[in-house]
Amino acid sequence: MRNFFLHAPFRLYLGVALVALCVILGAILPWFAPGDPLVWYTAPRNQNPGAAHWLGTTSLGQDVFWLLTYALRNSLILGLIVAGLSTIIGVFLGLAAGYAGGWLDRVLSFFMDALLCIPTLPILILMAALFSGQLALPIVGLLLVVFNWPYPARQVRAVALTMREREFINVAWFSGESSVRILVRHIFPYIAGWSAANFINTVLVGISTESALAVIGLSSAQQATLGTMIYWAINYQALLGGKYVWIGSPVIAIVLLFIGLFLVSSGLSMRSSARRMSV
Amino acid sequence: MTLIRYIAGRLVVYALVIMFALTVLFFVPRLGPTDPIEAMLAKVSSQGAYMDAAQVDALRQSLADTFGLGGSLWEQYGAFIKRIVLTADFGPSLSMYPTPVMELIRNALPWTFGLLLTSTLIAWVLGNFVGLLSGWKPNSPTSRVMEGIAICLYPIPYYILALVLSILFSYVWKIFPLTTTIRGAPWSWELVTSVVWNSFLPAMSIVIVVFGWWVISVKAQTTALREEEFVRYARLKGLGDGRILTRYVLPNAILPQITFLALQIGLMFNGSLITEILFDYPGLGLLIYSAVLQGDFNLLMGTISLSVIAVATATMVIDLIYPLLDPRIRHR
Repeated sequence: MRNFFLHAPFRLYLGVALVALCVILGAILPWFAPGDPLVWYTAPRNQNPGAAHWLGTTSLGQDVFWLLTYALRNSLILGLIVAGLSTIIGVFLGLAAGYAGGWLDRVLSFFMDALLCIPTLPILILMAALFSGQLALPIVGLLLVVFNWPYPARQVRAVALTMREREFINVAWFSGESSVRILVRHIFPYIAGWSAANFINTVLVGISTESALAVIGLSSAQQATLGTMIYWAINYQALLGGKYVWIGSPVIAIVLLFIGLFLVSSGLSMRSSARRMSV
Repeated sequence: MTLIRYIAGRLVVYALVIMFALTVLFFVPRLGPTDPIEAMLAKVSSQGAYMDAAQVDALRQSLADTFGLGGSLWEQYGAFIKRIVLTADFGPSLSMYPTPVMELIRNALPWTFGLLLTSTLIAWVLGNFVGLLSGWKPNSPTSRVMEGIAICLYPIPYYILALVLSILFSYVWKIFPLTTTIRGAPWSWELVTSVVWNSFLPAMSIVIVVFGWWVISVKAQTTALREEEFVRYARLKGLGDGRILTRYVLPNAILPQITFLALQIGLMFNGSLITEILFDYPGLGLLIYSAVLQGDFNLLMGTISLSVIAVATATMVIDLIYPLLDPRIRHR
């Protein structure tokens, strides 16, 4: 672990710092909220930032700062669950396709390619419209998993394909190691670095797609996420009222979070490709 | 011969992908909690549009056609596919009855297409240029600054950038229009300037994000190419930097960018939908959005089927062009 941080590029540090900031805001601070910030008219309306309300209040009488911590928490949970499930499914099916070959590989590869070139957002919009405009967050998450597992699956499949031809896999095979053991001991270390980078990237994509739906009011508007915060701010004419903090704070949070996640993911993949070069 | 096999294979995959997408679109409405037809009819009549019994029946029939609700599930499925692939007919729009859905799409498509095409081209040229120069001298301060800017721009979603741009340039500093209002008679100078003026911010929101991506990937390519034997040879021959860059590095650095372009198109399309909605830009995105708001199911199925087909086609075309450009590719 120490070795890891000694050789990590600078962008990884910066990314980890930015993500950590968002995680502290979103995972720890909501516990200290003075009340549920989603409830309307618990604070005076349209306050400017000040001592009582650090980032001011909304036209609905919500404290923007605490609302932001709730939104970050929900967005992060959604991103983590989507990325976790997509990575597990992707790695599993990618290994299956690359390792088994034959018709299974062909069928799985087809589904990967097909899902990759179908634009996600229109189909999500269609779903949202059919569920009368209010998709619950878990359903949004599930749909995102369906569209995001092919990314890790494709990479893992490519790695598994080259691994099958490697000498040391054959050696392990002939020395009587079980398939599971070969997968875990010999193949997994190779895909771990890529998978970590991909996981972070999928967190980003998940949060970003949900926010896109939310900004146009098609995600779960009753929940606080970064996107729904923007939606309500636009809906209540925050800009015309000059309440730039209300709309600006989720925007800045998204920008910082995404830059952080991207730096971490590209730092990780730089590191794993550097390691493969040096081996 | 191998080229023909490659093209044929790619076309088969293309057809299968479209069939798969349409299948998804066919089954999705069936997962919904309500009977869509009755819900739509209720919505239409609750909006106060008076219709006599015959009109309601005609509408119900048209909806049933769109959903393909007649006969067994397989017959419905066959009819649905036939309707879209062979006749490209989605029936009349419900909210703008009786204008056909296809006519609305035809009006919207050039806007989306123009916006995407222009912004993609600008970003591609700019991004390749900056990426090439900064990859050539990867450790110079300017190159590092450019890469830093690109890295900070790329992860920002299109719609966030669209919001930021409209806050900065439409609210704080009122130089660009907040919503799209296009003036001018058909094909006058006034129309052209009005279109450019109105498209500037939406296009910028796409250009900036995509630009960041090209800079990052072209820079990585160029930095790797600098170490290649043939570039070293060119330098030993005494060629100038400019000539090496344009004749030796550029053609090699550009090729992988074309495959990335194929992957980017789907993402860009997703992004442009939201951008259009935020800026009231009269393209496909706004059309999809108004279909959602008004519960116009025919319009929704039409726009979404078409957008899926369009993105799949664009990806395929780029895949087919790629081997023509790269002599190194062997068609397996």
